[in-house]
This record gives sequence, structure tokens and C-alpha cells, in this order.
Amino acid sequence: MSKYSVIGQRVHRVDGPEKVTGGAKYTFDLVLPNMLYGKILRSPHPHAKILKIDTSKAEKLIGVKAVVTGKDTLGRKQGIWRRFPELCDEEILCREKVRYIGDPVAAVAAIDEDTAEEALDLIEVEYEPLPAVFDPLEAIKEDAPQIHEGVELNINVTRHIEWGDVDEAFKKCDHIREDQFKCSSQAHVCMETHDAVASFGYDGKLTVWTSTQSSYYIQRLLADMTGLRESDIRVIKPPTGGGFGSKFELDSAQFCASVLSMKLCKPVKIVLTREEEFTATKRRTPMYYYVKLGAKKDGTLLAKETRVITEGGAYTAMGATALYLTGFFSSFPYKYPNYRYDGYRVYTNTAPTSAMRGFGAPQSTFVGESQLDMMAEDLGIDPIEIRRKNGMTPNYEVPGQAYIQSCGLHQCLDKIEEHIKERGKLPPNRGIGIAAYGFMSGGIFNWFDTPYAFSAAIVRINIDGKVDLFTGACDIGQGSDTTLSMICAEELGVRLEDIRVHSGDTGICPADLGAWGSRETLMNGNAVKMAAADAKRQIMEFAAAKLGANIVYDMDIKDRWIHFVDRPERGVSYFDIVKEAIRGKDGEVIIGRGHYTPHRKGMISPAYSFGAQAAEVAVDTETGRYKLVNVTTAHESGTVINPVGIEGQLEGAIMMAGGYGFCEDQPMDEGKILNPSIADYKLIRSLDMPETKILEIDTYEPEGPFGAKEAGEGLTNPTAGAIANAVYKAVGVRINDLPITPEKVLRALKEKKKKIK
Amino acid sequence: MKKELRLTVNGQPYELYIKPKTLLVEALRDQLGLTGTKRGCNESACGACTVILNGMAVKSCSILALQADGGEVLTVEGLARGTELHPLQKAFLDYGAFQCGFCTPGMLMSATALLDENPKPTKEQIKEGIDGNICRCTGYNSIIRAVTAVVKGEYKEEK
Repeated sequence: MSKYSVIGQRVHRVDGPEKVTGGAKYTFDLVLPNMLYGKILRSPHPHAKILKIDTSKAEKLIGVKAVVTGKDTLGRKQGIWRRFPELCDEEILCREKVRYIGDPVAAVAAIDEDTAEEALDLIEVEYEPLPAVFDPLEAIKEDAPQIHEGVELNINVTRHIEWGDVDEAFKKCDHIREDQFKCSSQAHVCMETHDAVASFGYDGKLTVWTSTQSSYYIQRLLADMTGLRESDIRVIKPPTGGGFGSKFELDSAQFCASVLSMKLCKPVKIVLTREEEFTATKRRTPMYYYVKLGAKKDGTLLAKETRVITEGGAYTAMGATALYLTGFFSSFPYKYPNYRYDGYRVYTNTAPTSAMRGFGAPQSTFVGESQLDMMAEDLGIDPIEIRRKNGMTPNYEVPGQAYIQSCGLHQCLDKIEEHIKERGKLPPNRGIGIAAYGFMSGGIFNWFDTPYAFSAAIVRINIDGKVDLFTGACDIGQGSDTTLSMICAEELGVRLEDIRVHSGDTGICPADLGAWGSRETLMNGNAVKMAAADAKRQIMEFAAAKLGANIVYDMDIKDRWIHFVDRPERGVSYFDIVKEAIRGKDGEVIIGRGHYTPHRKGMISPAYSFGAQAAEVAVDTETGRYKLVNVTTAHESGTVINPVGIEGQLEGAIMMAGGYGFCEDQPMDEGKILNPSIADYKLIRSLDMPETKILEIDTYEPEGPFGAKEAGEGLTNPTAGAIANAVYKAVGVRINDLPITPEKVLRALKEKKKKIK
Repeated sequence: MKKELRLTVNGQPYELYIKPKTLLVEALRDQLGLTGTKRGCNESACGACTVILNGMAVKSCSILALQADGGEVLTVEGLARGTELHPLQKAFLDYGAFQCGFCTPGMLMSATALLDENPKPTKEQIKEGIDGNICRCTGYNSIIRAVTAVVKGEYKEEK
């Protein structure tokens, strides 16, 4: 029997009944009395000076209540890297210059969406088009147009990571490979587009309902941009229709709705269209990769050198973090004694690139795992074997960077090897490729410059024993409300149905950095556990007195029964003690508090997940088309708190990461995204979805709540690389640029044929 | 010039006066307040707005409300009987067949229409039945497991 009564159980999501009945009310569904509808006018030019904006005709249109431009703002620039003012480079409502097709220049509030739309056509903007540059390799040249004043060579951010003596180590290698790769962009395609309802009142307070991954970030950034006090802004996150990295920065819907509402003292709702979602929100960072890898004959990896240039798009966004993480995770999950990374993020006149699930690591894993297979083949070593030989192990220190405690990589590789053996001999043109990976459980970065703990929670026990859990964690679909409720119930010794979670509302919940970087289970989970333990301790004081316990006895609560650990039959009902405890505290409810900020855990993350994945493809050599037959994953995430949640994360990641490898792309012409619709942007649909198999791995992470760590983003890392390796195994062609489309496979097959002739 | 529209939604007859260009999804959401039906793309590509009209799954952003005149519409709000959930809703809960939940109403309606037409679909037919519905969270397989469980009779609907 499990030592846990809630953790590890297959439970219904706490938000489930409302979501399967249509009862869940998203920001998209909200209607307030007197509410107006907003629309945003966007630049048709990739790079242009704004000479004049004439809003007079639009203002005269019947039904239009306000038109705002950059002049109606404080003229500040914002960015999520708040500690670094030079990286806060986005005005949202541009005053003097636009830098990509989609940059906002004006916003309208009207009585309905049609009128607002009509008004946009009446706004006259005089532009002076400027020379534009779209490819970072061009933008970094001396004579390229300058996108931000004073930024030389358009270099936005550089990052350097190094340990050991790379040059010396390469001299000792028996074999060295140098390869180049190109990683494409990807759209998040949240089913709920970015949206917000902002309501500013004559009392000077602003309330914003919005689809977001971090209510706290939006609150703080809105304070920066509007000049309002942080605590006069309340950001409420209703059920949110997906995020995947796209929804933790201040966006145009939130900002423009707020500016319009502040001008009118009326609620304003803005919902981005699907086209805006594709063209004018952020996206996965495209990267050019150069990698040099050196090994001994026996497969021991001695040195790796990585140079990356990323397409930054028009603004910094979260791209600076992606630049760092792609460099760090390029060393994963192996023990390189010598490693060097140089990354350059370059501004371009394209839609800004930023965070997307995996945050730079899907790119580095595609590159690293492709090249490692090439190295293994050069050396005549089995791909599993070379990974085993160099793979990270528990209690490993990445020199000067990170300390890894739990690590189940080797168990994962063993399981994947078994799986491949079970598949037996494959038919022709079919192959299985593998990829190993790791990821962080939340970042130890504070570029946001928060003075608050990274995570916090409050537990309130009411007279009927029902527990209100208040947390700033944001459930965007990944299931943190459920996972955190399970942690709370387990720690308190009550049932899941005893918990009512209130999350993502800055008015009532303690600040939390939000749902990004796979941080909620570990970081917020620790805060919730601590808050529950604090409340439990207060209950136990009364229980011990009531039962007249000898102080040497240990007491606990399990399934609402407060008892002696050694004699569980002796005890008292949780409900009875709660009533008495509250009475005994002069009627004050029981409140437990908890918080978590990682300390002394290196520079990246307090804990890391690991895994290995095998992708099986069947290639049609006539057309280059291939089918994803099966994707099997051994992922270790420490103690599994919510098994249904992990399965969902895993299978969902395969849809998204498989799409990254297989079909998703954003082709552009002169900065214009050519496929800004769901009809034209190819995603994996149910018929393309491979079989998915999950191999369970048992590990325990000392830093995590009940031993848990991340299971969200890491799962997006391996699939593109595994597909690349599988295509190679199947038909012997190596594709180094994503996505691996039938055209590329076919072209490579033809070239291969030519060479053989 | 507004036009009269009569239609029955989830068993309830309605008379509405609407602009002729009003889409069915707009009539349901904005006029009747049935916000369970979502909109994800407005070009019948994502399936979030799927409802059942006269027994057929349709994307309610792709037809005018007036085209549904005299028709019977079933939306996600009409699936449960009182507090008793529809078998598919129960299965979606048990199998974790949703995450953010935004595609879920449309997914449930596509699956309902599929099972109404063919109570014993194969796995491939289930995949085809929901191929018009995009889910960015789950990877579909949990949805397929949930529908399969209903097909296998794990959830008996109380008549």
C-alpha cells in the first residue's frame, strides 16, 4: 500500500466538472455591464517611422468611445527583464517607430466589435518605410539597418558559458565533428487567444481579467506602464485556454484594454483574432547552431563547443532567457568535462521571439541528440551506449553551474533499450531514433526583480473543515490547481474534496511568479506543503491537548482522522478538532502560511528531470512522407503526484514537440508570416498522432514536495531529435534543419541516390 | 434590418431577432449566453465551436444563425441530464481527456455526434471523428481512450 492517501491517486481534475459541461468561464466568455469592445491597429510595415497618426475620423464614427495611441500612454518601454532597463524595449503602443508587421500603433474602444473594426479602417497613419532586415545573419552585419537606437550590429543580448579547457581538450580527442543546424520557429497556438477585460473605476482601481500564465507579472508590468500602484491593480486569471510560454509577458490585449478603460472609466474587452495571435504575439526562437563535438575512440565525450545566433525579432521579450537556456541545455544530459557556449540574440524586423514550452531546450536537444548519433556512428558505437557512457548521474555537479541531486537518466535509457528490443526487427524504411534529455524544475533567475518569494501559499481552515488554498500559481490547463490541491490534502491529512483552491488572483492570493519554466509543482508545491504543515501544526496542538498525549508520542492526520502514529485506532475526528480549535482561538480561523525561494542550488534550477524517448517512423521513399508510428518515453519526474496529469503532459508534449519536428513552421516573406491561420499552420491532428507509450521510472527528488519535480516542459525536448534520428535509421538521410518535412526528406533521398550512382 | 429566427437549443425553443450576418456561434454565445461553445479561429479549422444541428456535428462559426432556422441545436450545456453527466463527460473526467478545456465542448460534441451515428466505431473511426477538432494540450490519445471506454460500455446512460 502506498504511504500516501492522495498523492499518486488517479483523481478527477478539480476544475473538471466545469470544463466538461461548458460551465467554466474563460476571459473570452466574460461580459460586464456597460462593457465596450476594443480592437488594435497594427503596423503593415516591418520597419517604419511613424510620421503622423490621425484618429479624428475614427473618433467621429458613431459607437466609437475612444481611440488611443502611444501619446495616450506614459511613453514607457516595458520588458520582463526588469532588472536590465536596456532590455525593456517594447512600448506596445508605438510612438515613433514600428519594428515588425503587427506592432500596435493605436487601439479603439466601441460599443461592439464590428464598430471597433470599422473604426480601425478610419485611422490614418502616415509611415516612412525604413530598410528592414529579417535574417539574424544579415542583421548582424555592419551595414544592416539599425532596429533599436544605439544597439550596434543589432546584437540584443550575448551569453557566454564555459568550464574546463575546451581548446586543450579538443587536442586530446580521437574524433571531432563540426556540424551546423537550423531550428525553426513555432507558434504556441493556444486555443484561447490572448484576451483581457480591463475595468478601471472612478475609484482609481484597475481590475483585469486575463488569460495569463502569471497574474503577478501582469500586475507588476501594468503598474510600470500605467503609473498605478501595484496594489491598485488586481489581475484575475479565470480558467485559461492554454499558455505554453506565450502568456506571461504583458501583451497588447492587456495593455490596450487597460489604457482604454483608464480613459473611459468603463470596462473594455479585447480578444485577439487568430490572425493576430499568429502574427503579433510571440513565438518560439529560431536558432542557427554551430556545434563542435570531440570524443575519445571509446565514446567518451571530452569537449563541446556551441555557437548560436538566434533570430530575436523586434524586441527582447523572454528571448534573453531562451538564449541562456539553449546554451546551458546544450550540455545536457551529459557530463562534458569541457564546455563552451557563445550565444548571440540579434534583433530583426520580425515578430518577437520568446519563450515556448521547453524554452530553448527543444532546439538544443534536437541539435545535440542529432549530432551525438552522428558521432556514435562515426565511432561505431551503439547510440544507447554512448548516452549511457556519458550520461549524468545522481549528485553530479555541472561545473560552476548547477547541482543535480536526483537523476534517473540511466534507468530511462535501460527502459528505452528494452522497448527497442521488444519492437524487434522492423520492416524496410522504418526506423527508431532515440533522444535523451533533461530539464529544470523552475528557474533560479530574478531578472524580473521581484522582492517577493518565488512562490507562496496560504491555507485557511474553516469551521466545517473545508480548506481554502490561496496560491498565485496559475493553472493554464496543465493542472496545477489539482496537483497543488493534492499536495495540500496529503500534507494536511484530509481528502481532495476538502480543498477549495483559489489561484491566480492577485487580489487575494500571495504573489507567485507563475506557470513557466516548469516551476509550479516543485516551487509552489513546496510553498503549499509548508502552508499546510503550518496549519496542521496548529490543529495538532489542540488534538494533543484533547487526547492527553504523552509528549513522546507522534501524532498524525490521515484521511481526516487525527491519531497516534503507533496506535492509529486511538484518535479523534479532524472535523471535531477543527471546530474546537477555532473556538479555542477565540473564533479565529486557522491560517497556515508557506513560501519557497530556492537557495544554494546553483544558478539554474533547484532540481532537474531526465528522460529518454524513442520515436518510430515509417518513411515512404517515393514521396518523402513519413508517419509517426510510435513515440515511447521514459520520463523521470521524481514522485508522481498526479498520474493523470503526467500522462496528459507527456502525450500533449508529443503532439507539440512532434509537430516541431514533423510539420509546424512559420514561413515568412519580407517579415510577413505566410500562414497565419489554423487552416494553413499545420499541426498534428488526431489522425497524425502516433501511439504513445509511457515507461514508468521511480526516482525521488529531495528538494521537491514529497520528492516531486517537473513534468511539463522537459517532455517537449526530445521528440524533434528522436524523429531526426529515426528518419536517418529508416532511410539513411540526415536532416539538419527543422521541421523535417517530406520535401526535405525527398530531396535528401534524391541526393543520396545521386551520390551512390 | 433584423430578422426573426426560431430555433430550439438544448430542448428549449427560442425566438430571436438578429442581424442576418449573425453566425450561429454568435447567436448561441452572445444572444443566448451559452458560452460553453467556444470560438478558436472563425474559419471552421479548429473545431472549438462544434455543436450538433439536426443530428449533425457542425462548426457553428461556419454557418449563419438563420441557416439554422427551425432547427434543433444541441450544445455542450445540453449534454448532461440535470446533474447526471453524459457518459462522454464522465469518461472525459476519468481519463483526463482535457487540460485547458477550451477545445473540450467542441470535442465532446464531435464525439457525441460520432457515437449517435455509429455507436461502435473503431479506433480509426474515432480518430476520424475528432480530426476536425484541434486540442493543443492532450495529444488526443486520452480523448480516444475516453471515447473508447464509452463505446465499450463502461458508462451506462440512465434512461
